[in-house]
Amino acid sequence: MQPSALRPYLLIAPSLVFLLLLFVVPLVQTVALAFDTPSGPGLGSFARMVGDLDFADALRNTFALVLCVVPLQLAAALGMSMMLRHLRGGRDIVLWIWTIPLGISDLAAGLVWLAILTDKGYLNTVLFELGAIPAPQSWLTYETPGVLFLGILIAEFWRATAIVFVVIVAGVQLIPQEYEEAASVFGATAWQRFRRVTLPLLRPTIQTALILRAVLAFEAFAVVLAIGGRNFPVLVSQAFAWQYQNQNYSVAACYAVLVTLVSLAATLVILLALRPRAGETV
Amino acid sequence: MSGRLTMLWCALLVGLAATAARADELVFLSTQLRPLEEAQKARTQILKGAPMPVSYLPEEPPQLPIHLQADEQGARTISLVGALHGELAPLAASFQPLDQQAGLLAQRGVPEQIARLAHLGTDHLMYMPWMQATYIMAANKKALPYLPQGATLETLTYAQLAQWAENAEKATGQRVLGFPAGPTGLMARFFQGYLLPSYTGGVVVSFRSPEAVTMWEAFKALWKHANPNSTNYNFMQEPLLSGDVLIAWDHVARLQNAFRNKPDDFLAFPAPAGPKGRGFMPVLVGVAVPKTAPDAAGASKLIDYLLQPETQIATLRASFFFPVVKVALPTDLEVGLKLEAQAVQQQQTAPDALPTLLPVGLGSHNGEFDKIFVDTFQRIVLRDQPVQDVLAREAEDMQRVLNAAQAPCWSPDPPSQGACQVK
Amino acid sequence: MTGLRRALFVAGILLVCAWTLVPIYLVALGGIGGAATVYAWPKPFWPATLSLSNFQAFLEIEGIWPAMLRSIEVAVLCMLFSLLLGAPAGYALARFAFRGATIYRLTILMTRAFPVGILALPLAVGFVRLGIYDTAFGVALMHTALALPFAVLVTASLFLGIPRELEEAAWVFGCSGLGAFRRVVLPLAIPGIAATAIFAFVISWNEVFAASVLTVRHKTLTAYLLTLLSEAPLQSQLAGGLLLILPSVLFIFLVRRYLFAMWGVASR
Repeated sequence: MQPSALRPYLLIAPSLVFLLLLFVVPLVQTVALAFDTPSGPGLGSFARMVGDLDFADALRNTFALVLCVVPLQLAAALGMSMMLRHLRGGRDIVLWIWTIPLGISDLAAGLVWLAILTDKGYLNTVLFELGAIPAPQSWLTYETPGVLFLGILIAEFWRATAIVFVVIVAGVQLIPQEYEEAASVFGATAWQRFRRVTLPLLRPTIQTALILRAVLAFEAFAVVLAIGGRNFPVLVSQAFAWQYQNQNYSVAACYAVLVTLVSLAATLVILLALRPRAGETV
Repeated sequence: MSGRLTMLWCALLVGLAATAARADELVFLSTQLRPLEEAQKARTQILKGAPMPVSYLPEEPPQLPIHLQADEQGARTISLVGALHGELAPLAASFQPLDQQAGLLAQRGVPEQIARLAHLGTDHLMYMPWMQATYIMAANKKALPYLPQGATLETLTYAQLAQWAENAEKATGQRVLGFPAGPTGLMARFFQGYLLPSYTGGVVVSFRSPEAVTMWEAFKALWKHANPNSTNYNFMQEPLLSGDVLIAWDHVARLQNAFRNKPDDFLAFPAPAGPKGRGFMPVLVGVAVPKTAPDAAGASKLIDYLLQPETQIATLRASFFFPVVKVALPTDLEVGLKLEAQAVQQQQTAPDALPTLLPVGLGSHNGEFDKIFVDTFQRIVLRDQPVQDVLAREAEDMQRVLNAAQAPCWSPDPPSQGACQVK
Repeated sequence: MTGLRRALFVAGILLVCAWTLVPIYLVALGGIGGAATVYAWPKPFWPATLSLSNFQAFLEIEGIWPAMLRSIEVAVLCMLFSLLLGAPAGYALARFAFRGATIYRLTILMTRAFPVGILALPLAVGFVRLGIYDTAFGVALMHTALALPFAVLVTASLFLGIPRELEEAAWVFGCSGLGAFRRVVLPLAIPGIAATAIFAFVISWNEVFAASVLTVRHKTLTAYLLTLLSEAPLQSQLAGGLLLILPSVLFIFLVRRYLFAMWGVASR
């Protein structure tokens, strides 16, 4: 029996209808709002967004953060999966521990890292006990933008690497060990086996992990807000500020549209960069 | 596995049963008294003697307009809303006028000025004043040795405050002056109600006057001695308790934990004065009844109860929010509360006191109005842009907001015909 | 592996474990140690007193238990909906080359790329019309919308990894399409499906915003605690944070063996 041509559409239909009802309708309303200005439809709100004090910084910060954190997380997740593969005993406990950050909300994660990085936090306590600093030192202010960025990067890395890791582990588990063993027989080093055998087989998984993570990274801001305060605006935090503090729903909608477009563009780039090459089957 | 599932479903059913039991209570949604302990006290102390069972639900301010919209679409859950003046103002269209209960204002001795605010620029009483507060200064006693010669806390000026912070920095190597300039801090109120009136005698009209230029230059100099973490602080009680900050300005309720937990370590005192006086601003919390209230009659009974002198005192003890009705403060208040009450009193009765009203008539533009002050601060102080240019630019933006809202000037600016104009 | 390499390897594993656990330990320290720990300098790395009073105060808050049960209810519903709606679509994406597959992929992703907080107002109004405002079911639906794109993508990459030949072989031996799916593909896919379920559960458990906007009386634990904690003293925030972390950690622990059910099969 061959699958009928209709079957894939039947399979995706429920999810499509569901998302259409729940998401697309309010989405269209919101996008319409972005073009709605007091003087009739137009680009006035977009002009206000672009002219906003924090706009350029928010755009730069968003990109800097995503471009730094996502590749790092992918590399870490791949490394962790490979380590796990070679582990003999206690695998499920190690896997459990490594996936714990999955269960931690971004609000809680912001709290954790603030407690560590703040003036009288745990990091400074360690530095103080080691004699590296004579008194509490501020790391998270506008006077130390480099360290502030690093702090946010570390916190985001800690919080969200587990998501990439779980996806990669699920993919790694499906690679038959025979492939690697065969390569091993031909004298390939561990690195060569990883580079030439495992990595190509993992490509669809990596694609998914990257898209998931990139889309989420463009949307996350609770950690950024907790650690960066007013000093590290990102696009989504600006959207929220315009919606709930400045109460200008139209400019907020513009920011939301921009975030969506940026995520979409990132998704396309990832899809193109990791597409199956001619002649390859997966 | 199936045993676990069964347990889960049982748990779910119990949960549903537990929630169904609360359906007949009057829903009182409040954006104030949110923190854990205060919410508990609101239930167990403030609302203990309420005339009906009340379901007291604290809620984040951003969610309030959404819940009201949902109620208008037919959800009809909320009977009474408690929120700040600034949060209620944009939502005036959602509330029913309380003119029938306006008699309470005079009967319980609510001050004329507060009553007028509650009309939200209309002829109707749009909400009932519930409790009030203000912003004051707090200092750790450790900072006292650095107070400049001849300065006293009660008569402090902004120039002396700057000197004080500088002295403390020289002596301790730390910048110990702090402001709540974080994303949800109330820094905009500092500029609107404290700094600008103290230097220029007004808020809107004098926004880009030469006095305002002087003020920003002075504040920029003062900021050099302010803790750079200030742009992360939302509540000053935390850095005060941790000792990162020794001198701070904030809302009394956002300082309360410092005074509650360590009343012996901290002093409360009035905000500093500038060349034009000692600017200060009230905080007003009101209760309003949505047009869609399922139990409007119950809500008005509850309003009456909340405005009784005993309830107002219970509210003060629970929350550090002061009564809006005429009532003598009891003598047995806790120490920290007494300290704050005294500072509030001193601030109001200072010979150079310059009260500034909350913005009136800005409606849904309240947020954008606040943003102008914070943006101005960021541009001038944090980004070092030329003062004149920034003020010209932001004044234009302010005029746009005022025109859009058609908001007339409010005190201490002189009354205006039509929208208030920046000079 | 030589002894030295083995030691390095184990050290690496332990290092990653520590990297994950130490921050959580520090939250627990603050949550349990109370104000004395939170405001101390230099910070202690051990609790001065072991007292659960800070933590206990939470469990006595009015409404905390119903909120917790509701959170579980919402998360379980979200998990079920995401799998029921997402897994078939993922299977379709993996197995069939059909027109519009890429568009479909992008469409479901786009829904997730839009910040949900900005959609709150039209959503709340829509939910009132549907009669599911302020219900656990409504919140579960919203959370499903958030989790669904992940469910689809994760299951798709998972089915992609299961050789089509296995399934075709089953067809040859007389299984129907569904039968082949159930007997051959599903057992291989269990770990990935478990991963998807964890995603859905955790997304739902930790989601604050939609939950607090779409409910008034019937809040989930996270939304309920958020309103109580955002202005509370630091030690309460940490205790509350711990309270939120524990159940999801426990949940991941309970399902961890499903993550690994496959391991033995695939690696032998």
